[in-house]
Amino acid sequence: MLSIKDLTVNVNDKQILKGINLEIKAGEIHAIMGPNGSGKSTLSHVLSGKAGYTVTGGTATYQGKDLLEMAPEIRAREGVFLAFQYPVEIPGVSNIYLLKAALNSIRKHNGQPEVDAMDFLTLVKEKVRLLEMDEKFLYRAVNEGFSGGEKKRNEILQMAILEPKLCIMDETDSGLDIDALKIVAEGVNSLRSPERSFVMVTHYQRLLDYIKPDFVHVLAHGQIVKSGGPELALELEEKGYNWVEDNQAAA
Amino acid sequence: MNTAIASRYTAEYQTIASSLPGQTLPWLRALRAEALAQFAEQGFPSPREEEWRYTNVSGIEKKLFAPSADITVGDINTDWLKSYQIENAWVLVLVNGHFSAEFSVLTDLPEAVSVMSMADALAKQPAQVEKYLGLAASQSEHGFIAFNTAWFSDGLFVHVPSKLVLDRPIQLLHIVTGDDAMATTRNIIIADEMAEAKVIETFVGNDSAYLTASVTEVFVGQNADLTLYKMQSESEKAYHFGGSYIKQARDARFTHHNFAFGGLLARSDIHADLDHASECELNGLYLGIKRQHIDNHTRINHLKPYAISRELYKGVLDDRARGVFQGRVIVAIDAQKTDSQMNNRNLLLSDDAEADTKPQLEIYADDVKCGHGVTVGQLDEKSIFYLQSRCVDEETARNMLTFAFANEMVDKVKIRGLHDMILEQLLTRFPQEGVNKEWL
Repeated sequence: MLSIKDLTVNVNDKQILKGINLEIKAGEIHAIMGPNGSGKSTLSHVLSGKAGYTVTGGTATYQGKDLLEMAPEIRAREGVFLAFQYPVEIPGVSNIYLLKAALNSIRKHNGQPEVDAMDFLTLVKEKVRLLEMDEKFLYRAVNEGFSGGEKKRNEILQMAILEPKLCIMDETDSGLDIDALKIVAEGVNSLRSPERSFVMVTHYQRLLDYIKPDFVHVLAHGQIVKSGGPELALELEEKGYNWVEDNQAAA
Repeated sequence: MNTAIASRYTAEYQTIASSLPGQTLPWLRALRAEALAQFAEQGFPSPREEEWRYTNVSGIEKKLFAPSADITVGDINTDWLKSYQIENAWVLVLVNGHFSAEFSVLTDLPEAVSVMSMADALAKQPAQVEKYLGLAASQSEHGFIAFNTAWFSDGLFVHVPSKLVLDRPIQLLHIVTGDDAMATTRNIIIADEMAEAKVIETFVGNDSAYLTASVTEVFVGQNADLTLYKMQSESEKAYHFGGSYIKQARDARFTHHNFAFGGLLARSDIHADLDHASECELNGLYLGIKRQHIDNHTRINHLKPYAISRELYKGVLDDRARGVFQGRVIVAIDAQKTDSQMNNRNLLLSDDAEADTKPQLEIYADDVKCGHGVTVGQLDEKSIFYLQSRCVDEETARNMLTFAFANEMVDKVKIRGLHDMILEQLLTRFPQEGVNKEWL
């Protein structure tokens, strides 16, 4: 699905990522954990094509294609979805308009005709029910005046409708109370499939109580310093990030 | 210069004076004579006047506009005209400044309500007109008001008696046709105590260089609620002056929505006087393209305590267009506990577009809450990236966000037919692939 090799990235001439290597196969969930400033957000932004990051070396190959060469919207149409840590409010554009614009962009990209209006509504309403959202949300402006939990749920709704292949979840748990976290996690779990992979970028282990990762990687100072199974997250929770950082320093 | 222009109009005036409505009324003859003399002295406003510093009307001065008696709609297609009529509204149509019975819809009015042409009102209830004409619009304000008082050929007169709630809107459809034509119209809207009404002013014209000079005086009685909508979609060669002057009684609520889309040079005045605990909301959207110059001048006078005012004006300026926002909020020494917020936001879509914005707070009371904010800028890059990450290409994202910026103001319009008409106007500014109206 995604193969990252020796990826180095600068922000304002400062090296943030110092050689990332990561292999993600279809159907896998990878958690990337790390303290603040470790480069977690940079990694998710670079993969989704946000401006302001300079790739100085290495590659990211997505389904055999050079991901880093693609414009952000092409990555999205090819099936890469970034769930934002802070979803942007867009007054004046309704949720349903954005969903339609996004879905039809993907269909056009794949040489398919525009979605039928009735089919679209049926699809959207089904997903809205699944995420226990109010249908009124669809007609409200994108994220405008939404609570933190509503914004994150809206990201999951978009994901459910656009059916991406690779979901990059940037600090999805931040700003969520436990009830909202459970709903979001259920949404993600319902989207798990053998064809879909997830990269969960998170500071805390608690999200992983609800979404079980296959692999956990620890990012520190721009490098993956330790990889393991779900038990690594628990070990981290117990011992703190200093544990891996100290190990790295010792090495 | 100005006086030469003024004397040309003054000379011209003598030839048509006898055809103006209400000339048998001594008070109105005197008022018009006084206004004419005032205009002869003032001429049209000049950028030397502080309230006109960003707007030069010399384009108007170079022409000699003449009143037109033609009330046929000329080359205007009646289907086109009807497309501007709001469904389910009482519609009063003025063609070249004269009432057109043919296109107006004034049937089934509640008996106590007056909706009629100004000429009719001067004939049937002159005492009512005399009581209000010139009460909210001060002749000395600037030349356009004096000009309007001297020249007005007709207009809309609305009177909603106390406690009456009108369930259908009233629409003034103002059409001008023909090069060098001028339409000078005067409107009076009165909502008595506890009355509720919605009035729509729509300004359109065919593709010619004409002048609209319209003055509307609005009186919102105690605890009454009046909403006034203005959509100006004049010809791209036209000159437009439209002033709304509002007096709000104690506890009165007034809301204004100003959509300024057309005209080569267009100026709106919205001036409101607020009594005790009254509420005033002013919304505006101006879209400028090519070499359009669109000026919005608002003034909110907090005269007494506890009044609330909210103001939001948005501008989208492209090509070489220039948008002006001058917003004054004056809080009188007695107006304690005033709560006022004024905002003006501008999007510049081209390097040659210009926005001049001048919010002014003049506060003479000491226990008030007043704020203002102004932005002039480009689209937010974070929002563009968010849309791109949702599969939308950058150009479409820019179109969507620009549309959204403007559409926020359109969404405030709750009259379905009017909302859709304004939306249609807005959408003509965007390519179909930028904003897909079937998806809205």
